Amino acid sequence: MSLFEVKNITVAFGGVKALNDVSFGVDKGEIFTIIGPNGAGKSTLFNVISRIYEPSKGEIYFENQNISKTKPHNISKLGIARTFQNLELFENATVLQNLLLGRHIYKKTNILSEVFFTPSARKQEHEYRLKVEEVIDFLDLQHYRDTLINGLPYGVRKNVELARALCTDPKLLLLDEPSSGLTNEETIDLGFWIKDIQSLLGITIIMIEHDMSFVNKVSDRILALNYGKILASGLPEEIKNNADVKQAYMGE
Amino acid sequence: MRFIFKTKYSQDINIAKHNGDRFWYSLLILIMVALPLVLDDFYLGEISYICILSIAGIGLMILSGYTGLASLGHAAFLGVGAYTHAFLLTNGIPFYASIPIVIVVSFLVGAAIGIPILRLTGMYLAIATLALGFIAEHVFIKWEHFTGGNRGLPVPQPEFLGMSFYDSVFFYYVCLVFLIAAMFAAINILRSPTGRAFVAIRDSEIAAQSLGVNLGLYKALSFAISGAFTGLAGALLAHYIGYLAPDIFNIFLSLTLLLLIVVGGMGSLHGTVFGAIFVGFLPQLIAICRDYLPSSIGSQPGLEPMLFGLILVFFILYEPLGIYGRWMKIKLFFELFPTYKRQTFKKQKVFTKSDRV
Repeated sequence: MSLFEVKNITVAFGGVKALNDVSFGVDKGEIFTIIGPNGAGKSTLFNVISRIYEPSKGEIYFENQNISKTKPHNISKLGIARTFQNLELFENATVLQNLLLGRHIYKKTNILSEVFFTPSARKQEHEYRLKVEEVIDFLDLQHYRDTLINGLPYGVRKNVELARALCTDPKLLLLDEPSSGLTNEETIDLGFWIKDIQSLLGITIIMIEHDMSFVNKVSDRILALNYGKILASGLPEEIKNNADVKQAYMGE
Repeated sequence: MRFIFKTKYSQDINIAKHNGDRFWYSLLILIMVALPLVLDDFYLGEISYICILSIAGIGLMILSGYTGLASLGHAAFLGVGAYTHAFLLTNGIPFYASIPIVIVVSFLVGAAIGIPILRLTGMYLAIATLALGFIAEHVFIKWEHFTGGNRGLPVPQPEFLGMSFYDSVFFYYVCLVFLIAAMFAAINILRSPTGRAFVAIRDSEIAAQSLGVNLGLYKALSFAISGAFTGLAGALLAHYIGYLAPDIFNIFLSLTLLLLIVVGGMGSLHGTVFGAIFVGFLPQLIAICRDYLPSSIGSQPGLEPMLFGLILVFFILYEPLGIYGRWMKIKLFFELFPTYKRQTFKKQKVFTKSDRV
């Protein structure tokens, strides 16, 4: 049984079908990559999963639970975390504050205990921080703890966003173009980290990506989308040699 | 320059980050406590008013500066606080019981207004809150049983701790204690998960949502907390004015609060105090200036609102971070001296927010 399953999802914006009857399943512990030309509906798919867009048809299952009607802010409580294509960091806050927000779903204090900052509120901050420090160590962010996001280079920001998603302790991680805008070395590092997230932390990853050499290196399975429809899905080798995929990408 | 060697997580959680902080803020409080020894009643009254403005400023700062929601009708909450307080005192409720009730009532009013109004964003929210200000003013006029309508409502000045509110030294201390308490409450909210959620909503709603922040709930909470602070300020303001009339809580007072947080510095609690000092003394300053200006300009009635507006525009254009931002820059200049670079705070163009979902 799959950890995560999308069944017959259709998303229509007026007459445009951004996604047309898309179904697939992701197994636990897999790195599943979605590829496709611009406008193929990849990001739309992510936004449907995190419940920002309402699908016109179809259902989404996570751990055999239908999440098609879950409120957007409850998605992360189920264990699904995501990053964004164009970075959605809290710009005027420090890296530490950004990461601490990743722990928001574990909040136990109420507003009264926060106003008086009771010992339980302080204890909670310590607990948050312990987890955040683990992630900081994992992604080498030690230098940047107290820096405002505003003052960080792009590569580090991407990293912080990944770290913030990891802070929620997810079971499923959605990465929207994690390597876009990174230098070669940064992309190589990212490859190792993604492999580590899979093997050391045991997190399942769904990733949207364009850099094919990177995709082939890290993915277990690939799904190719074009114009909202599934072109092909399978192992990296199969996808590389698939005639339809070549047609969509290279126009052969 | 000061380098803090951190060995405990508590160092990041504590309010005072190092001994320097402790020393200077203690000194500030000592000076504030000793002020009545050197100042006469007039200036104590002015400083009490500044304390009240600061508390209201904290309220609006949490809403606008930290949660990023505009409000052009915050005088309504001052009114709610003031009228509730005066009404309770008139009915024989003692001061120490009335204040908590005022805080709870303003909190609930904030939540009740916040839940429907916060479905709007940006410009529309500003318009809705502007309307809220006008509606509140009319409610204060029409609800005569509660507010005395246009006749006004005298505020009883009860004894509290054996002292009278007519005593300006005592009133000054009351305001100071409430300001310090409000400041601590605000700092505590802002360093806990709720405060961080507010900042998250301000900077990116979509990311906040995907991290589990319930947008509707937290926006309403921000409005309610903001209302509670402003309501408390309103209760103190009632004592300061002594006689409540609906037209006190007009649009001009709301704009004064807005000016306060913009001039003080958006997104900083220091800014509320700086802004309150500025806004509190500005009318006096204008009054003094009137004497020196040629009478054709000096005696114009619209001089004050015009200057308020002008200052607001100049701050937004040239110092968006307000007085507190300027202070940080001056501090950095001396910390880095003589290696400070002019370009440090030059505005930079950022291209990362090209298209958002």
